[in-house]
Amino acid sequence: MADKTFFIDTTKCTACRGCQVACKQWNKLPATKTYNWGSYQNPADLSFSTFKLVRFREVVSSGKLHWYFFQDQCRHCVEPPCKDTIEGYVDGAVIQDEATGAVIYTGQTSKLSPAQFDEVRQSCPYNIPRQDPASRIVSKCTMCVDRVSNGLLPACVKVCPTGSMNFGDRAAMLSMAHQRASELKRMGFDKAQLLDADATRAVYLVVDDPMVYHKFSVAQNDVGINRKLALRKLLRPAKGLIAGVAKL
Amino acid sequence: MTNHWIDIGNSDCILIMGSNAAECHPISFKWVLKAKEENGAKLLSVDPRFTRTSAQADFYTALRSGTDIAFLGGMINYIIENKLYNEEYLAYYTNAGFILGRKFGFKDGLFSGYNGKTHTYDKSQWAFEKDKEGNPKKDHRLRNSRCVFQQLKKHFSRYTLDKVSAITGTPEKDLIEVYKTYAATGKKGQAGTIMYAMGWTQHTVGVQNIRTMAIIQLLLGNMGVAGGGVNALRGESNVQGSTDHCLLWHIWPGYLKTPRSSNVSLEAYNKKFTPKTNDPLSANWWGNYPKYSVSFLKSMFGENGTPFNDFGFDWMPKADDGKPYSWLNLFDAMFRGEFTGFFAWGQNPACSGANAGKNRQAFAKLDWMVNVNLFDNETGSFWKGPDMDPKKIKTEVFFLPAAASVEKEGSITNSGRWSQWRYKAAEPLGDAKPDGDMMVELFVKIRELYQKEGGAFPEPIMNLKWDYDTDGKFDSHKVAKEINGYFLADVTVKGKNFKAGTLVPSFAFLQADGTTSSGNWLYCQSYTEKGNMAARRSTVDKSGIGLYSEWSWCWPVNRRIIYNRASVDRYGNPWDPKHPVIRWTGKKWVGDVPDGGWAPMLLADGKTNPKTKYPFIMKPEGHAHVFGPGRADGPFPEHYEPLECPIEKNLMSKQFINPTVKEFGTAADARATCDPRYPIVASTYRVTEHWQTGVMTRWQPWLLESQPQSFCEMSLELAKLKGIKNGDKVIVESARGKIEAVAIVTRRFKPFKIAGSTIHQVGMPWCYGWVTPKGGGDSSNLLTPSVGDPNTLIPETKAFMVNVKKA
Repeated sequence: MADKTFFIDTTKCTACRGCQVACKQWNKLPATKTYNWGSYQNPADLSFSTFKLVRFREVVSSGKLHWYFFQDQCRHCVEPPCKDTIEGYVDGAVIQDEATGAVIYTGQTSKLSPAQFDEVRQSCPYNIPRQDPASRIVSKCTMCVDRVSNGLLPACVKVCPTGSMNFGDRAAMLSMAHQRASELKRMGFDKAQLLDADATRAVYLVVDDPMVYHKFSVAQNDVGINRKLALRKLLRPAKGLIAGVAKL
Repeated sequence: MTNHWIDIGNSDCILIMGSNAAECHPISFKWVLKAKEENGAKLLSVDPRFTRTSAQADFYTALRSGTDIAFLGGMINYIIENKLYNEEYLAYYTNAGFILGRKFGFKDGLFSGYNGKTHTYDKSQWAFEKDKEGNPKKDHRLRNSRCVFQQLKKHFSRYTLDKVSAITGTPEKDLIEVYKTYAATGKKGQAGTIMYAMGWTQHTVGVQNIRTMAIIQLLLGNMGVAGGGVNALRGESNVQGSTDHCLLWHIWPGYLKTPRSSNVSLEAYNKKFTPKTNDPLSANWWGNYPKYSVSFLKSMFGENGTPFNDFGFDWMPKADDGKPYSWLNLFDAMFRGEFTGFFAWGQNPACSGANAGKNRQAFAKLDWMVNVNLFDNETGSFWKGPDMDPKKIKTEVFFLPAAASVEKEGSITNSGRWSQWRYKAAEPLGDAKPDGDMMVELFVKIRELYQKEGGAFPEPIMNLKWDYDTDGKFDSHKVAKEINGYFLADVTVKGKNFKAGTLVPSFAFLQADGTTSSGNWLYCQSYTEKGNMAARRSTVDKSGIGLYSEWSWCWPVNRRIIYNRASVDRYGNPWDPKHPVIRWTGKKWVGDVPDGGWAPMLLADGKTNPKTKYPFIMKPEGHAHVFGPGRADGPFPEHYEPLECPIEKNLMSKQFINPTVKEFGTAADARATCDPRYPIVASTYRVTEHWQTGVMTRWQPWLLESQPQSFCEMSLELAKLKGIKNGDKVIVESARGKIEAVAIVTRRFKPFKIAGSTIHQVGMPWCYGWVTPKGGGDSSNLLTPSVGDPNTLIPETKAFMVNVKKA
């Protein structure tokens, strides 16, 4: 099985939220208690039991109203900083699946203290990991690795009616992504761009400034590897260090 | 739909108006986006509110709810003024060239023949002038001043940009953008389609909204072609099927008419409803009416129906002349205590019906109610609902738990008229039963009682043919075969011999002499000696335009795009050679099943082919109706204000509202137009996350998590005016009721400039109800009016007046 990647074309998203619900269904995640907070976006944020969330943003850009939808989820980074952070504290709490590249948290994450978890969350350039306050287990999108390793598409991709959610071999997805981006540019979407395509396995296509979709749509410089983490990394065995430097 | 879902992908321009397809028909966007990506199709979204559909549109603009005829009337004017129509199509396939009689006229918002006392028209004044054979006189050059085209031009010349803009609130430049983009499909080889739903139908001018678009489609030559058509997006997976099989009161299956008390015999009934033509070139397909009505009666009464008792015609219910029995009428009668028992079968009128508060009060007048549903709902539990005192309510309610769609076998007919067979995936839970099983048990019991006790008029029950069960259970195959129909005797039809007891191969073989049965002539061919056509699952598309003719089965006779003989010019060459629906080879048609196999209208030398038939075979004159003299409220559409509206006069004429509307007038039918207490226009709608009234989805935690509570969307400007902040609780109130909701303050609503003043609009979903979830709010249908379109009596829930204040 080759290296896998999601291609998420936000221009084809109608925010039907099939992906959000299918994720909960396949992963047997409970619904959280929500209230209408003046938005269609609900739950309001990712949580221990919400791995996938469609974010809604109303944006006026070039004098025109847009309603942008962003199907937020773990990017399954090629070099996942969260993995480095977690492994600084707990061994065996993160697996990066060799076949797919999926970044998977295990039950061992429960050994992280809340403060250590905060550090994990801060190390994620996309603000993805969430901890269960009771069990302290940390969760996020699994790339439906149980489905994928059995030849099925991730639940969110399977359910998507419009072709916004795509999944497959990394090379094929990147080529699809680049092709669609240049097509959109040709159609006059000057800001059409892929987000962190080289560094992630969930490549988003947007047609406006990425920040208007979501604060963490692209890797944030003020998160990722902070000073404390960098220092701690220096004290770790060489393997982890090299990976850390490569990322820096 | 005249076309079908996949066909949307063939379009060059898609107008989504009167629907919110991305949210309410999410799968349709697979095809909408395909058209955009592969054909470079333009997507236009016209809606009072910027929706998830608008988010995908190339161009979006807003109009005030209830002003669609003005908006589209301006488009007709634009098309004619700029000569963007397909003249050959218009002149030869539509009645645009027909000459109108001298009695026809239009003045001050009224057509000729209006009777102010009865609020009805004498439609005979809208007749065509006839030649000596009795056929309409025609001018194919469309120049005669009394021809339909010239009258259309005159009528819609009044819909000028400034006037339309003043009525709709849509800026003139936006009107031009929509008109120009859509009218470009009038070019030969281009196709434009309309996707509409309840946003057009649920108005007192609902039928005329759709008529206006039908006229546009005929002007542009968009009917019958791939990527064109008039496409109603049905609100449930099987609404098309239930309509085909006469869910509504005014029809028998297959759109045969419900007899009236004045239809004293089968002969009189058939005579009344069988149209005639003297034109040898008109196929006049409804001329076959008696074959279908008699075959239907044979399905109803089997051997008990004979030529000597009119095949049981007298056993069928008759409607009183002039009296409607629609949804609104039934609930009004219930409210007045005119009947005592009610089956609420697979529905939730306490939330789904317009003026739902009236319905809730009406339930209290009943002796009994049987609520057949998957879950408890606001209808079955009305007696313990808001403002109800259970001690004072006598109604006895029975709840029968029903099996879900995946727990039973049968067919579902989608919007594209495809009858698709489905299989049972799981056993029903607990005591739940399939609806069919309940009906079998119920009928057997009713017949037993009639047998034992007699009673008034037992003949319809005792003579009914009822052999649809196998071992006491409903058998969907037996029903499907009866719907198709059988030969009841050994007969020879069209030179072919058929054995008694075999299935009829298609409706062309049905007979009026009692030798055939068919529960629904339109579905004759769906289940034949070759097997269950609806169960076919071939993914081969020989057409190249996505017809997938051997996937399931489609009425009529598996024709995937109806009126397809209008997709070609008079020689039989497709208007669009890239997307041919059918094509004449010189000897026969190839492609889709043609609308009749007759040769094209012209021979190679340009002379009329005497063997041809006009393409619109369901019309007596064979021509599509630009001029529609059958409608209750006029042969051309005309803008009238909704029954509740924010302005004091109709800018188009002296006639304020639809002159043929009738109101119910009970205390529960209060109406407040141009009333300072209710200054804000309101509309209701659905959301992706909930299904209809939410009976099935409000119990589903994941869906509830994503849309937990009723909301009211409003503009920043209105919120500021009312001191409302995003997320505040608000009270929305109409003359009929009030609800609490969460304010969504959004740029997606903007105030309108209507006739110089600022008019605000809000919108609310109708999918919530007090039973569950607690604190989720109640249905916005508590606010909507129970007044209906004069043709269909569909209620005007999409344009009414409210006030909004902070809770």
